[in-house]
Amino acid sequence: MRALRAQIVAEMTMTLQRGETLLVTIGIPAFLLVFFSEVHVLPTGARRPIDFLAPGILALAVMSTAMVSLGIATGFERSYGVLKRLGATPLGRQRLLCAKIVSVVAVEVVQVVVLVSLAYGLGWRPHASAGLAAAAELLATIAFAGIGLAMAGSFRAETNLALSNGLYIVLLLIGGVVFPITRLGSFAIIARALPAAALSRALQTSLGGAGSSGAVPVECWIVLALWAVAAPALAAATFRWE
Amino acid sequence: MGDSRTKGPPTDAAFAVEVKDLRVTYGKLLAVANVSFTAAAGEVLAILGPNGAGKTSTVETLEGYRRPSSGSVRVLGLDPLADHNSLVRRMGVMLQQGGLYPMMNAKRAARLFASYYDKPRDGRELIGLLGLADVATTPFKRLSGGEQRRLALALALLGRPEVVFLDEPTAGVDPAGRLAVRSVIAAARDEGACVVLTSHELDEVERLADKIVIISGGEVIAAGAPQQIAEGTSQVRFSAPPELDVTGLSARLGAPVREGPAGEYLVGATLSPELLASLTAWLAERGAALGNLRAGHERLEDVFLRLVGERDRTA
Repeated sequence: MRALRAQIVAEMTMTLQRGETLLVTIGIPAFLLVFFSEVHVLPTGARRPIDFLAPGILALAVMSTAMVSLGIATGFERSYGVLKRLGATPLGRQRLLCAKIVSVVAVEVVQVVVLVSLAYGLGWRPHASAGLAAAAELLATIAFAGIGLAMAGSFRAETNLALSNGLYIVLLLIGGVVFPITRLGSFAIIARALPAAALSRALQTSLGGAGSSGAVPVECWIVLALWAVAAPALAAATFRWE
Repeated sequence: MGDSRTKGPPTDAAFAVEVKDLRVTYGKLLAVANVSFTAAAGEVLAILGPNGAGKTSTVETLEGYRRPSSGSVRVLGLDPLADHNSLVRRMGVMLQQGGLYPMMNAKRAARLFASYYDKPRDGRELIGLLGLADVATTPFKRLSGGEQRRLALALALLGRPEVVFLDEPTAGVDPAGRLAVRSVIAAARDEGACVVLTSHELDEVERLADKIVIISGGEVIAAGAPQQIAEGTSQVRFSAPPELDVTGLSARLGAPVREGPAGEYLVGATLSPELLASLTAWLAERGAALGNLRAGHERLEDVFLRLVGERDRTA
């Protein structure tokens, strides 16, 4: 337990020390939330922008932490030889992964607190199915972490950095975060198969404002579950420690 | 990676490290062709070789990072891959470079790595011994190359390893730092650890190693104690004006003569009154002053260059 505790503390401390991590996990989602709530340019129809945005931004936050931040940090740890060196200590792979997971979940909790408070201040009044939302976030965290680690374990750190940020932008645009999937035209078919859109829709239906039924479409659960199995399996099969 | 919950079986191996007919390939590339050697507890073994000789592949196989294509390796009597979980608790590793979080400082790194082991050494003491006390709170990425090497060494020794693998421990380390590194490695050896190191700093190796293995082209071309390897390599060194006629001098002395750095000459012979008389007479005939005359065995660096050169010519 001593090693695991120390590793968790180390992972959390390093996360807090990385300015770029704080920017991508808190700064960008918070900015998008405030900006698009105040500047009414999104095609949200009769719904108030905040009712559509808040769940989407929470989905973006999960993506930021579990995929982008975890993936980029792990990619650089691989390139610096940290993972290789840890492989020759008694820490063990399981405890290292456990420490990373705890760190990701801790950041997500902070994100939820900050973003929900902000959204509340902007007038969001969710009818919360918190259990469903948490379940969707958990599945999405596993899926996004799998994607992030699969990229981190396959590409050079700099390539991984570029790909992660590129994928972040793409999923921001077609993941139902700021633009409703129904407005994505031919991209909608692709978007529906992606974990970002499935999570956005799951959160919008479980937490959404007035007019939402509260029932998460089965399609979302299937997509999230498939990604939560396939992405970590891909990471496990392809991850190179050095 | 291992799991420290798995207790290692007690081992009573004759050698702390045993490599037998090791062959390592990466696809079609042959990295290690045929390497065998042993090292005992309380011994410093240095693996030398030019770049691409197969040193790192050999050591990384011992560390459990590589799978041998054929042959066998044992560390403390254990298989580095099959018994990895047990071995990592008793083994220390220093990589050729990196190996630590860039933002982490020595103090925190020592605390973190100490948490991995049951009975770690005092990290602060190790940091002090290696001359890092003044930079203990400086992030790893801001340390100089030599300071990074010393910190990596401290972390390798933190778990009181029975066997420790050090890849280039003195590369980029300043003279005072080298002294500290030598002292810490010697102390680990005196406490019974088997130290396996690779290095291109042959003067350091000559001072530290109890046993040397020279690898070239993936094969062992020489092995033994430093004195053994240099045995039969008596030589006389002297300084004189550069570009003397070494062929003529060689004919007069009846021994091979070559000019190393400009104005530094090596005679492949034992110093005798006759040789000294011939040498001084030959120099006097040319009005050349003799300086800095020394006799002894060939230096490790000369043995190394000669053996590797001979191997390259015959390969």
